[in-house]
Amino acid sequence: MTAPALELRNVHKSFGPAKIIQGVNLTIPKGEVHAIIGPNGAGKSTLFNLISALHPLSDGEILLNGETITGKRPYQINRMGLSRSFQVSNIFTNMSVRENVRCGVLYSMGLGYSFLKNVGNLKEVNEKTAQILDEVGLIDKANLPAALLPYADQRTLEIAITIAGGADVIMLDEPTAGMSHSETDRAVELIGRAARGKTLLIVEHDMGVVFGLADRISVLVYGEIVATGKPEEIRGDPKVREAYLGDETIPGDEEVTA
Amino acid sequence: MTDAATTNTATTHTDWHALEPSSAQKFRERVLPFIIAAIVLAVIPLMGPSRTTLTLLNHMGINIVFALSFNMLLGRAGLLTFGHAVYLGLGGYFCVHILNWIDGSEGLMQHLPVFSLPIFGFGLGALAGAIIGYPSCKRAGTAFAMISLGVAELMAACAFMFDTIFGGEMGISGDRMSGPEFLGLSLGPLEEVYWFIAFWTLFGTIAMYAFTRTPLGKLSEATRDNPERVQFIGYNPTRVRYLVFIFAGGFAGLAGGMAAVQDEIFTPESMSLIPSGVVLIAAYVGGIRYFSGPIMGAILLTYMQSNLSDYSSAWLLYLGLMFIVIVMFIPNGIAGIVFGFWNGLRSPNRGAMMARWAGQGVAVVLMFMSIVVLVEVAIRWSEGYGETFEAFGMSFSFDSILTWALIVLPFAAGVFLMRRVTRKDEVPV
Repeated sequence: MTAPALELRNVHKSFGPAKIIQGVNLTIPKGEVHAIIGPNGAGKSTLFNLISALHPLSDGEILLNGETITGKRPYQINRMGLSRSFQVSNIFTNMSVRENVRCGVLYSMGLGYSFLKNVGNLKEVNEKTAQILDEVGLIDKANLPAALLPYADQRTLEIAITIAGGADVIMLDEPTAGMSHSETDRAVELIGRAARGKTLLIVEHDMGVVFGLADRISVLVYGEIVATGKPEEIRGDPKVREAYLGDETIPGDEEVTA
Repeated sequence: MTDAATTNTATTHTDWHALEPSSAQKFRERVLPFIIAAIVLAVIPLMGPSRTTLTLLNHMGINIVFALSFNMLLGRAGLLTFGHAVYLGLGGYFCVHILNWIDGSEGLMQHLPVFSLPIFGFGLGALAGAIIGYPSCKRAGTAFAMISLGVAELMAACAFMFDTIFGGEMGISGDRMSGPEFLGLSLGPLEEVYWFIAFWTLFGTIAMYAFTRTPLGKLSEATRDNPERVQFIGYNPTRVRYLVFIFAGGFAGLAGGMAAVQDEIFTPESMSLIPSGVVLIAAYVGGIRYFSGPIMGAILLTYMQSNLSDYSSAWLLYLGLMFIVIVMFIPNGIAGIVFGFWNGLRSPNRGAMMARWAGQGVAVVLMFMSIVVLVEVAIRWSEGYGETFEAFGMSFSFDSILTWALIVLPFAAGVFLMRRVTRKDEVPV
């Protein structure tokens, strides 16, 4: 049996006296699309930052493909095959779209910190870059400065950079936040394509997106996972209903019953 | 590659060449400027420049390399340093020592051509960058800037203390005519030093431009824009900064090696905060967002440093004013103006733009004139020798109302005109 893509064992995180994550256990098998939902302030983003090592753990352990990543630096974890996006667009604003993606490709192509090669002449790197740009639909805007892209395109570029390195575990933090309906539909389609054959962990507020994409869903409330299961199980779970009572409508009701 | 493989590539991959600039464009943007620069450098001696001009040109070359190396940090990596002269100074000192070793050597050293000294300057600058950069690159932003300031103070203090290495206040000097000739250059006369400087200026500029095209050069820009994100594409931002810092130190040391041959002397002053500040001003005035910006800034500042004092004893004041004005109103510097002008000339609404530039130009001249009158009148008044400032066929006495009218009115008119012309499309942020 192969190791799960991602395994969280009794993960705790406190900021001073505030206990944000209180004992999260989660196992995500390879190839699964897993969504984390929960009310505001539940600790979803903190959990993401713990997995990607932006914050150190207070207690517990996290394993990526069976190897512990506790104590590793973000770039080391990235090299082990985990890549993430951010809630706010986190791109290289002064570079062109193509250069953004190319930077994401370089390390995985073995270029490292090379200072003896001309990036313009790296055939494989530029091919891969063009291929990713084509995949996400940004090829027509390849030579625009990234800062001039419309918001939805910046979010798409964010995803493009995230997948550029070829990581097999992808974490997306609210990839459709702030998008219109049609933009969201396009983003969902893109995420579905990009995640094919990969493990995807996603935090999302749009329940339509969550129930459309996820194989399994975990519900995080006040730093604890109250339920994990298939979308239909989650929708019927009384604990989930309780957590969402008065916060928002029951996840995905209207989309799926309609 | 076999035919099958080629077809395969063509069908499964998007044609990335279409995204690249055309080869004509590449040539125009990446090769032609260097060819033109080489031609200019080759033509200058034909015009029979005087010794003063040659010295000025040589210093320009040194400062171009120095300012470009500074901009590897500030412009490309987003690292503000107040101590970049340390690396020029260390490289330069090392090269003066080598001059003396060549001179006094009976052994292997006597065969070392002085022409190659900048390579050693590069080596020592890079070594110093590797040692000093290791702790200081652990932090970016304000902390990095403060550390660089501390290091600069420390090194300048050391230079005054360790006489055997740095020669105390008098510094150390050498003789550039030592050692074997290289390419028939004895490096004695200034004309020959010119060729030496021209070669290394061009070499340094091309090498630093090439650096911007490497993966590390690109990553340095990515780290400047977004260090957090760089971690999630597999790079350690600290490592990126550190490597760039070593190269920046190396090229500063290269400039130091050039200066050692040109001036044949290095003093502890050269490592102090003053040259570190001057290179910052040169790079910023030229425009740190453009590769060629620091080149323009270095040329202008070197010229001002050596010639402006002939015109006015208040030249440092003008330099300071220019720096403040550029920081406040022209953040893209001279290069920004030059390229903006060039692009504007080729844009469809060039008529409107030219009218605007003309208006802005007149406004700048008006304001500049009143500032000159103010400064020159004030400085003569304060000196108290009873001298009056004379210009435009008039004499400006500090107690005449006309003088003050000529200070206030053109300035007010200039501000008014500038606001009118600029208001329409730009809101200062």
